Amino acid sequence: MTEVSGNGAQPASDPGHHGAFARWFNRRGWADLTIATPYVWLVIFFLVPFLIVVAMSVATRTPTSPPFSFGGEHPLINTATYDRLFSDSLYIRAFLTSIRNAAFATLLCLLIGYPMALGLTRVSKSWRNILLMLVILPFWTSFLLRVYAWMGLMGNNSWFNKLLTAGYNMMMPEEWAIRSIQMMNTNFAVVLVTVYSYLPFMILPLYANLEKLDLTLNEAAEDLGSRPFRVFLDVTLPLSVPGIIAGGLLVFIPASGELIIPGLVGNPSQPMIGRVIQDEFASARDWPMASAVAVGLLLLLVVPMMLYSHFEAKAHEKRAMEP
Amino acid sequence: MKGETAEMLAAASSGTPEAAPGQARPFIRIEGVTKRFGTFTAVSSVTLDIRKGEIFALLGGSGCGKTTLLRMLAGFETPTEGRIFIDGQDMTGVPAYERPVHMMFQSYALFPHMTVEKNIAYGLKHEKMTEAQRKDRVREMLDLVQLTQFSHRKPHQISGGQRQRVALARALARQPKLLLLDEPLAALDKKLREHTQFELMDIQHKTGTTFIVVTHDQEEAMILSNRIAVMDKGEVRQVGSPTEIYEYPNSKFVAGFIGSITFFDGKVASVSGDQAMVDVPDLGTTVTARAIAGIAPGQPITLALRPEKIAISRTRPDGVNAFEGTVDDLGYFGKDSLYKVKLASGKVLSVLSVNARRAGENERVADWEDRVWLGFDPGAAILLAQ
Amino acid sequence: MKRKSRFLVTMLCFGFAFFYVPILSMIVFSFNNARLATVWGGFSTKWYGKLFENDQVINAAILSLKIALLSATIATILGTMAGLALARFKSFRGRTLFSGLVTAPLIMPEVITGISSLIFFIMLAEWVGWPAQRGFATVTLAHITFSMVFVTTIVHSRLSEADVAVEEAAMDLGSRPWQVMKDVTLPIISPAILSGWLLAFTISLDDVVITSFTTGPGNTTLPLLIWSKVKLGVTPDINALATITVSVVGVGVIIAGFLMNAAERRKERDAQLAYQSNL
Repeated sequence: MTEVSGNGAQPASDPGHHGAFARWFNRRGWADLTIATPYVWLVIFFLVPFLIVVAMSVATRTPTSPPFSFGGEHPLINTATYDRLFSDSLYIRAFLTSIRNAAFATLLCLLIGYPMALGLTRVSKSWRNILLMLVILPFWTSFLLRVYAWMGLMGNNSWFNKLLTAGYNMMMPEEWAIRSIQMMNTNFAVVLVTVYSYLPFMILPLYANLEKLDLTLNEAAEDLGSRPFRVFLDVTLPLSVPGIIAGGLLVFIPASGELIIPGLVGNPSQPMIGRVIQDEFASARDWPMASAVAVGLLLLLVVPMMLYSHFEAKAHEKRAMEP
Repeated sequence: MKGETAEMLAAASSGTPEAAPGQARPFIRIEGVTKRFGTFTAVSSVTLDIRKGEIFALLGGSGCGKTTLLRMLAGFETPTEGRIFIDGQDMTGVPAYERPVHMMFQSYALFPHMTVEKNIAYGLKHEKMTEAQRKDRVREMLDLVQLTQFSHRKPHQISGGQRQRVALARALARQPKLLLLDEPLAALDKKLREHTQFELMDIQHKTGTTFIVVTHDQEEAMILSNRIAVMDKGEVRQVGSPTEIYEYPNSKFVAGFIGSITFFDGKVASVSGDQAMVDVPDLGTTVTARAIAGIAPGQPITLALRPEKIAISRTRPDGVNAFEGTVDDLGYFGKDSLYKVKLASGKVLSVLSVNARRAGENERVADWEDRVWLGFDPGAAILLAQ
Repeated sequence: MKRKSRFLVTMLCFGFAFFYVPILSMIVFSFNNARLATVWGGFSTKWYGKLFENDQVINAAILSLKIALLSATIATILGTMAGLALARFKSFRGRTLFSGLVTAPLIMPEVITGISSLIFFIMLAEWVGWPAQRGFATVTLAHITFSMVFVTTIVHSRLSEADVAVEEAAMDLGSRPWQVMKDVTLPIISPAILSGWLLAFTISLDDVVITSFTTGPGNTTLPLLIWSKVKLGVTPDINALATITVSVVGVGVIIAGFLMNAAERRKERDAQLAYQSNL
């Protein structure tokens, strides 16, 4: 099924005294197997399921089990599901809520993560390794436990909430005093916990990018009369755009499809898209709709990303071609 | 050669290796500057005066403190002790971005995301000038370094030599009082270096900017600069014109650092006028050399001979200094030949002889194992106090 | 030159406080005697006792470990093969699709991977009668699929950095391609394979969404157990569980850090010695 060239190519004669299998294996079989095994695996367990979902989104819902059918007296491609997807405000609102929360979370991650990543490149080498490990450490503990930690902090009776409330009451006039701040079950909580969970994904690519930057460029800009902040705007920031985009995508994509965080701390009356997919599938048993929503989410996220990486690769190629 | 050379030579031959007297206030004054990093002293109480419009080289091996000194001039490092004045203004506490000093970095440090034009214009946005003036200046600079047709390229789209010129143009665009060049030719290949060397001098001449060049390459320093400061272990060992540094080194270190040289231990036999007789056991004879100040008979002294200052011949030369040896090894370089001559004492002396005549295979001055006579002029030998 | 910017230092302090205050709060309240996580009711370890008063947590943890060990191992084998294929076989039929297949799971939102796996397994049961019950097998298969691409990414990037000349030298010295791969290439990428396995292991151990879609009755992994508890609100025994997790991971990371540091230092010293002996 596969054809190998490059260093996989071999002279046809192999005067070995091994068996036929060993001969075949030594000549080119190992190369074919190396390619074919993961290829077949991914086709069966990733591509086929994905294609089923795409097909499902144009199938017709039936009260049978499994609850759908293709063709029959219905049209082969049934676009009714997509018509509903684009007309029912439930889905549109869910998409908007997801995008908004994910966008806010990405922006906050950038605002917190960028100075942290930049700070990491400026501390001494021994400190840097310790601090980097401290950035990664929460990532190695359970994701759910990290979400749970904030549930403990955000509850109306928690010390953290009381602290914030006291601070608020101190700053505001007395008639605006409040007893607690409603944080749980809000979009704010979703954004906050998303930032907390995904911040390392912003810091690490940014750090990798910033660390590679040549500090003599900063010196050159300073030498030519720019103050430190100006140097940052003119040199560091533009050269870190690839890191910003990489980090942004690593946060934005999982954040917009997030299921657990909104489920635990979000506002139940404003579901995000992951929740809608799950509900359509499990509660409503509307598999075509669940699939259509999933396809919609993918188009919304993956297509811009593919385009970006395509153009990035093109630009890279072009750079390599030039003298 | 440069205008000052004659004067410098005069100063040197009168036995004062310091800068020529009678000069007005120095343009740049480095006054007792010391820089320590923790317990390590990178630059140790350096005092230097640099004149307006000259090309001044800081020459030394890696770790000699030359780059640290340059970075203190640029404002990237603060001296631990001492002060730096530029055009009479004390630079202590003046940040890099407010100094009238620009630098050409060894790596050029061109902004990779900006075109050649934008790179050159970068410093100008801090100048009070109209957009038209700015454009004019950029055009002028592009013209100066002959890169007008590449103005819209990015740094990775031009050659190494062109990058070097962009870096130069960028640093010169704001018309700095002082331009610092960190190993300006190190990243170029040999052929390009020779061309660029003269181009740099030409540009310096056109703009009249004071240049301070840091280099580890003695030839580069000699060709480029009016004056050289030889540095070692954070200290300035000698300051002088290229001729002075080469012909009248003040120490074994400087003599050995610049060019190749052979040292002999000796003892002063007698001094008469500007001539000194020196007993040199390794040469097996007493030689005559130009005396240096403050020597007396009986004093131990070092005699240093440069290969090109020694004459080689089959017969005994006429001069006062003559001795015999055997050709141990020889290298033929085309324009000249290098002979390694083994003396009676066993010491090997390098002799460089210009191949002025076109000689056949068997017509060489000397061949392997040949007995030869060597000689040198009393003025050609260098005496160094021990 | 490195300038210390007060702003950057402040942001670093703020960032690390943001990272660690919630975790510290969890640890402190795991020793709280009171039921409510709001008031301090004195020191107590009773929540640790409660956590282990039945086998639920232990069983879930064992199931999670089993799945993680198995899926990480298979994912590492498959992922390494894919990484080798991408890095060393420059042209084979369907290479474009293949490189798409190893990147797509990385960027696919988990909900979609989960739901497509679930639908696939249901359809598979419909068509071939297997799997009759979803559980250990289906979860493991799903975990292998989405964690192998992480291994591929790590191995691929390590191989792209590695010097091809070493392999060519082995070939030049008479090794057949397969021997080159075995004797030269695999040892070169073994650190990448190890870190790939570790990553696959953690991903599997920590996964909630895909597991929740592909598991069946009676097969509750530790994250699923925590999820079902946490959905009901804040319970102090989860604090105890979190403290245990953080301690285990923290100790592991510190030991790994020490080992890595020692290896690094040894390498530096060897390089220094080699350099000095060269002078």
